[in-house]
Amino acid sequence: MISTLLQLAALFGLLSVLAVGGGAGVIPDMQRAAVDVHHWMSAPEFLDMFAISRAAPGPGSLIVLLVGQRAAGPAGAAVAVIAMFIPSSLLAWVAARFWHGAGEASWRRTVERGLAPIAVGLTIASGLALIRGTESGWAAYAVTGAATLLLAVTDLHPFALLIAGAAVVLVFG
Amino acid sequence: MTSPTPIPPGRTPLSALFLGFLNIGAMSFGGGLAAWIRRETVQRRGWLDDRQFLAGYALSQIIPGATNVNLAVFIGTQLRGAVGALAAVAGLMVVPMALIVAAGALYAAARSGPAGPWIARVLAGMGAAAIGLNLATGIRLGRTNLRTPVGIGIAAVTAIGVGLLRVPLLYALATMIPLSILLAWTGRRA
Repeated sequence: MISTLLQLAALFGLLSVLAVGGGAGVIPDMQRAAVDVHHWMSAPEFLDMFAISRAAPGPGSLIVLLVGQRAAGPAGAAVAVIAMFIPSSLLAWVAARFWHGAGEASWRRTVERGLAPIAVGLTIASGLALIRGTESGWAAYAVTGAATLLLAVTDLHPFALLIAGAAVVLVFG
Repeated sequence: MTSPTPIPPGRTPLSALFLGFLNIGAMSFGGGLAAWIRRETVQRRGWLDDRQFLAGYALSQIIPGATNVNLAVFIGTQLRGAVGALAAVAGLMVVPMALIVAAGALYAAARSGPAGPWIARVLAGMGAAAIGLNLATGIRLGRTNLRTPVGIGIAAVTAIGVGLLRVPLLYALATMIPLSILLAWTGRRA
């Protein structure tokens, strides 16, 4: 129990400071750790948790609450949430305090430009890893393809597509 | 160009900060959180202007961690310092956390029951659409932020390496971040 809590704290504390470009980028590493390394759950269970955390409002990174709960109960959920959000929030707080003093320094704009493609790549990687690791059947692939296209080119509310995706896989999956 | 009016610290009540972000947390079903944050803090409450919001959003993406939680920290800090950051993050998280705990408990109880296979299919369908939301967000971010072949190449190598070839994130970042910043720096001088 204690060792599982320590594993959760170490895993999410590390992912917290590695999650450049948002929480979605560390989903593949989270999945590998939770499923393949620590065997807290199966790959389909992880996708279910991903779906619940995406269907709920708020930050998608709250998936860590479900992973922690599955691994070690309520204490695990608390440890996972604290480990995932406190380190990065402290960094954000420090950065916010110094932001206005930094002005439009040229090094800052260079760093911004360098990080932007990494963030884009990681966001796409998280989708690719989830397709590769958890999906099967033409209905699921079709839903992912259609949702990608519609959300990329239209202003449809994402929740409408979650409902439509559930209906399609329920009927045809 | 009018310069933004600085908002004096201590003016926004902590309760308003908490409730504003509670509203955002409760409404943002299916993602699009940054759009909800802008709507509430810029359009509805006028706590900051668009320029301040965009600066905060860029910063929140550069800082590791959940972008929108970082943005709540940034806005909370700007308005009321560390306590403001706590109020904003608490407001943002409390409703989603309660919903996720409830949904997780229902899921655990129902999965082994007679409705289990149906629930699994509903969640598989929502998961498939949520994957599409990830990919579409990546495409949208790429369209607005990547304007050079080098940037597109870095994004593609990162996406394929981490997403398909399963290169561990730590190694990928340790290689790609210095490389990308170096290329951005040399590209700027060219």
